[in-house]
Amino acid sequence: MLRRLMLFPAFRPFLLILMLLVLWDVAIRVFGIPAYLIPRPEQVVGQLIAEWSHLLKESWQTTEATLGGFALTIVIGIPLAMVIAYSKLIESYVYPLLVFSQSIPKIAIAPLFVVWFGFGIVPKIISAFLLGFFPVVVSTVMGFKSVDPDMLDLARSMGATRLQTFLKISLPYALPAIFSGLKVSITLAVVGAVVGEFVGSNSGIGYVLQVANGNFDLPLMFAALVVLSSIGVMLFLAIDVAERLMIPWHASQRQVF
Amino acid sequence: MSSVPLIEARAVSKIYQTKDGPVESLRLLDFAIAEGEFISVVGPSGCGKSTLLKMVAGLLPLTGGTLTLAGQAITGPQRDVGIVFQNAVLLAWRTVLDNILLQAEIRHMPSGEALAEAQRLIDMAGLTGFEGKYPWQLSGGMQQRASICRALLHDPSVLLMDEPFGALDALTREKMNLELQRIWLASKKTVMLITHSIPEAVFLSDRVIVMSERPSSITAIYAIDLPRPRTLDMMGSPEFAVLAKQVRSHFYTQGSLDH
Ligand SMILES: Nc1ncnc2c1ncn2[C@@H]1O[C@H](COP(=O)(O)OP(=O)(O)O)[C@@H](O)[C@H]1O
Ligand SMILES: [Mg+2]
Repeated sequence: MLRRLMLFPAFRPFLLILMLLVLWDVAIRVFGIPAYLIPRPEQVVGQLIAEWSHLLKESWQTTEATLGGFALTIVIGIPLAMVIAYSKLIESYVYPLLVFSQSIPKIAIAPLFVVWFGFGIVPKIISAFLLGFFPVVVSTVMGFKSVDPDMLDLARSMGATRLQTFLKISLPYALPAIFSGLKVSITLAVVGAVVGEFVGSNSGIGYVLQVANGNFDLPLMFAALVVLSSIGVMLFLAIDVAERLMIPWHASQRQVF
Repeated sequence: MSSVPLIEARAVSKIYQTKDGPVESLRLLDFAIAEGEFISVVGPSGCGKSTLLKMVAGLLPLTGGTLTLAGQAITGPQRDVGIVFQNAVLLAWRTVLDNILLQAEIRHMPSGEALAEAQRLIDMAGLTGFEGKYPWQLSGGMQQRASICRALLHDPSVLLMDEPFGALDALTREKMNLELQRIWLASKKTVMLITHSIPEAVFLSDRVIVMSERPSSITAIYAIDLPRPRTLDMMGSPEFAVLAKQVRSHFYTQGSLDH
């Protein structure tokens, strides 16, 4: 029974987590680490169960902000990347600026968003967007720029319009690259939302973390981190499913095709 | 062979403007291709064969001279031309059938007729049963056959091919040569084939154009008066050997062909 479970690929990460939990527990016992430095696994699980409904409510807040930022990433990042890929002139103006903006630590400017937009969801969305959109832009630009020149010649020889070339050749060609950017982006967007919640919010997992930190409630803090990671994993998996559905023909997807 | 030139080049030249300055690729080419003729172009690597083909296809502007198709100057992509590239250039997200039908979609051909024609070409190319397969599920030879079907779907009178069999193994290549001859004999299209294989050029062509090193011009044009249809056995005949030797002699004095 156990052997069959171990052979099942989707089960393997859980097995690893279980092993790490055991290792964690053993380490605390062996080295005698006090609970105010690192809580024991069962304390964390206890808090997870006790605070379950609270955590669920707050995690929904964080998820909303993440998805808002991610939607902005798609709506702004992908068209921006397309423009950059198609115009050398725009690229030379915009790209260096983008790289420059990425070097600014978001945590440093996040308080400003609170000043500008108040304590609602808006600063969180902006923070999620700012963290997530760069990888999408970079990989989308790469995707559109690497379209096989022979394919473009082929389309031209058939008398294709720009729109036809874009829809039938460039866009499908760039999709795998766009998706790899989206996957990086979604996990960063979660981090961005939490950063937004750190600096000015009274809701969300970031806020829970902040409070737990203030109260030295380490089990709650770790429980919140578990919830946060779960959000990231689930959103990542959602993108993964979308990718399988949209580019089943790509080399990375062929085993399930 | 009729005497009406379908494709005519007069003093065609091409200079690429690059970061390191101008690169003179082609210098004063003059030739004429008659309707229904099979022409091959051989020449050393980098001499401008692909450049020439792209200019005939209307994909690349000339620097000087004139190129005409059926008396009309070629200024852009032509309706009546089909192109086969060195790589099959099949779209990975489309099946064989849908790849062939791309031609019809972009040209807004009636879909019923296009489908029937695609099926006919697929049968002719020996791809029956593979219509629903994706390019990566096909061998290199089959991929190239699919791309030839695509180039023929709109029934162009001119077929331009840029080293279409360069990536294939010798046996597959001979088979493809036979098939190409069969297609050409049946359809009487005008074909311009770029190749670096002298036997292939002699085997298939009515005339072989030999180009020199860059900046290249036409060194010689050989008429190949072997009877049709040609068989692989003829490649061993003395007449074939003499013709191949004549063409090859240009490259021993100049350097070598590619690959
Ligand atoms: N887009 C381009 N820009 C600049 N130089 C080019 C370009 N395309 C081809 N060339 C140059 O023109 C010459 C001929 O190229 P090509 O037509 O591809 O040769 P072939 O097909 O005979 O191998 C080469 O020296 C190549 O470097
Ligand atoms: Mg070439």
